[in-house]
Amino acid sequence: MSSQGPDENVSEDKQPEERRSGVERAGGGGAPDPFADPGLPPHEPRIQDIDEGAAKRSERAVALLFAISMLATVAFIASYVAFPIDKIVYVWPIGRVSALNLSLGVTLGIALFCIGAGAVHWARTLMSDQEMIDERHSVAAEPEMEAKVKSDFVQGAKESGFGRRKLIRNTMFGAVALVPLSGVVLLRDLGPLPENKLRHTLWSKGKLLVNENTNQPLRPEDISVGSLTFAKPEGLEEDDHDFHSEIAKASLMLVRLEPNDIKDKRELDWSHEGIVAYSKICTHVGCPVSLYEQQTHHVLCPCHQSTFDLTDGARVLFGPAGHPLPQLKISVNKDGYLEAQDDFQEPVGPSFWERG
Amino acid sequence: MKKLSARRRHPLAAFVVLLFALAVTGGLYTAFAPSGEAKADQESSQSLAIEEGKKLYDVGCSSCHGTGGQGTTDGPSLVGVGAAAVDFQVGTGRMPMQQQGAQAPSKPKIYEQSEIDQLASYVASLGSGPSMPTKEQYDPSGADVANGGELFRTNCAQCHNFTGQGGALTHGKTAPNLEGVEPKHIYEAMQTGPQNMPSFTDGALPEKDKKDIVAYVKEANGEKSESPGGFALGGFGPVSEGMFAWVFGMGVLVGVAVWVAARTAKAKKS
Repeated sequence: MSSQGPDENVSEDKQPEERRSGVERAGGGGAPDPFADPGLPPHEPRIQDIDEGAAKRSERAVALLFAISMLATVAFIASYVAFPIDKIVYVWPIGRVSALNLSLGVTLGIALFCIGAGAVHWARTLMSDQEMIDERHSVAAEPEMEAKVKSDFVQGAKESGFGRRKLIRNTMFGAVALVPLSGVVLLRDLGPLPENKLRHTLWSKGKLLVNENTNQPLRPEDISVGSLTFAKPEGLEEDDHDFHSEIAKASLMLVRLEPNDIKDKRELDWSHEGIVAYSKICTHVGCPVSLYEQQTHHVLCPCHQSTFDLTDGARVLFGPAGHPLPQLKISVNKDGYLEAQDDFQEPVGPSFWERG
Repeated sequence: MKKLSARRRHPLAAFVVLLFALAVTGGLYTAFAPSGEAKADQESSQSLAIEEGKKLYDVGCSSCHGTGGQGTTDGPSLVGVGAAAVDFQVGTGRMPMQQQGAQAPSKPKIYEQSEIDQLASYVASLGSGPSMPTKEQYDPSGADVANGGELFRTNCAQCHNFTGQGGALTHGKTAPNLEGVEPKHIYEAMQTGPQNMPSFTDGALPEKDKKDIVAYVKEANGEKSESPGGFALGGFGPVSEGMFAWVFGMGVLVGVAVWVAARTAKAKKS
């Protein structure tokens, strides 16, 4: 609580060195220095500094905020106890929300906000707002201290015999350098090497293409022009323990094109009556790429917008993917079901170091 | 008037005039543009639906789809698209298109359902295609919502988002939001594959599965669907949530920090 005048607050001898010298330089030259540091503006008291009534009102406001925070915390605990976890209420404009989530969030929000708001209001209206100048001290140590540390170091090195007893020094270097190798060896335990798992999928000659929706083998007549169908290899069931690691590589996307629309010779050879089977795994970072536009025959990856042209060997039209989608060679077996002719000819999914 | 002329040099005056002009032009356009086609043929008689449909077709559709539905450079052939495609395209207001563009957006429908039925019978007579589904086929009551959710995530979520909120495709095309779409239209879209959407034929996705998917979409997006966490922010997950937190959350924090450090009110007015 101070009502001192500006001159007493920031008196001449408390002002920074530069400022005074700047003013003096300017004074000496005749014309005023246009870049002179104006220094701090004169301190002006707040209403709370001179009116005890206003200060009391501020005090009550801060106390009220803290009290609201306390009540909100109590309400938080009460709503935790009161609301069952599956109670849904309609709240405008959010919609139908969980009563528990909403009340916990709102009460905890109020509790935290009021503590902060009270502290800020307290600092802005009641705590001292006198501007002060605190000079920076030099970063470097005192010269005596520096000299002592240096001489201590030299003496220590001499006493240890580090420079003289070279055998000790060299073996110590060796020991310290070798210890991290034990960690490198342990890294080998992080898991089995991938071996050739990245290069092979469950597809092989004669495996039927099974519809992921119905779990039934697919016939060519199930797939019409403009449709999109997803297939998995025969024998892979959803409750198999390795289902996810296998479907992540073997997942297949089937579309039927007009054979005349297919520009790529190999694609046409590997198709059956215009039905082409492509890996569903993007060659960029392995997202499921299946945003099929049936009029343009483009397939878009939702992650990074890589776009593949299914009429031209799944060539990359746009985006960061580095390779076309691998195609699976398919045909029809004697019972009229679609079957694979081979595994994919190249690794599916994103590139890796040894992919070549 | 004096007040108005005094403000015409205001820096925002140009924007206000521009906004006003845009609003007037747009309002006049929406008021008058589509109504010309709607009055095509009101005196519908049930006697010969195909013949009536042909009349409607000649007025409303033939300029783009050709006089016999064979298609032109402005519109695809309608031979073999079936009645379901007509009911979807016209029933959701996508057709007739107001202008050529990346894709036909959904808008208030122009034809009455009886007229749509006539158009559908005419187009169905051009070549066989999927017929309009019956209520038992698409009515979601009693369907397996959980199975529908699984099928939706396998077949539809890549474009329409996990909860059917829609998403972007290439070159200005989008997969629309499925909120508020009628069960019949969702079913027909799966049957016929409108525009760039692939179709899901009964061989690949049986009728019952389609019904389950309709039930899931209605469950996730209906009037009664629950959103326990509050604002779904478009259902895009971390993208929109992160953007909200960074833009609004951080913005508010920055503003508060500036205000906290600002000069406090002084007793003396300067």
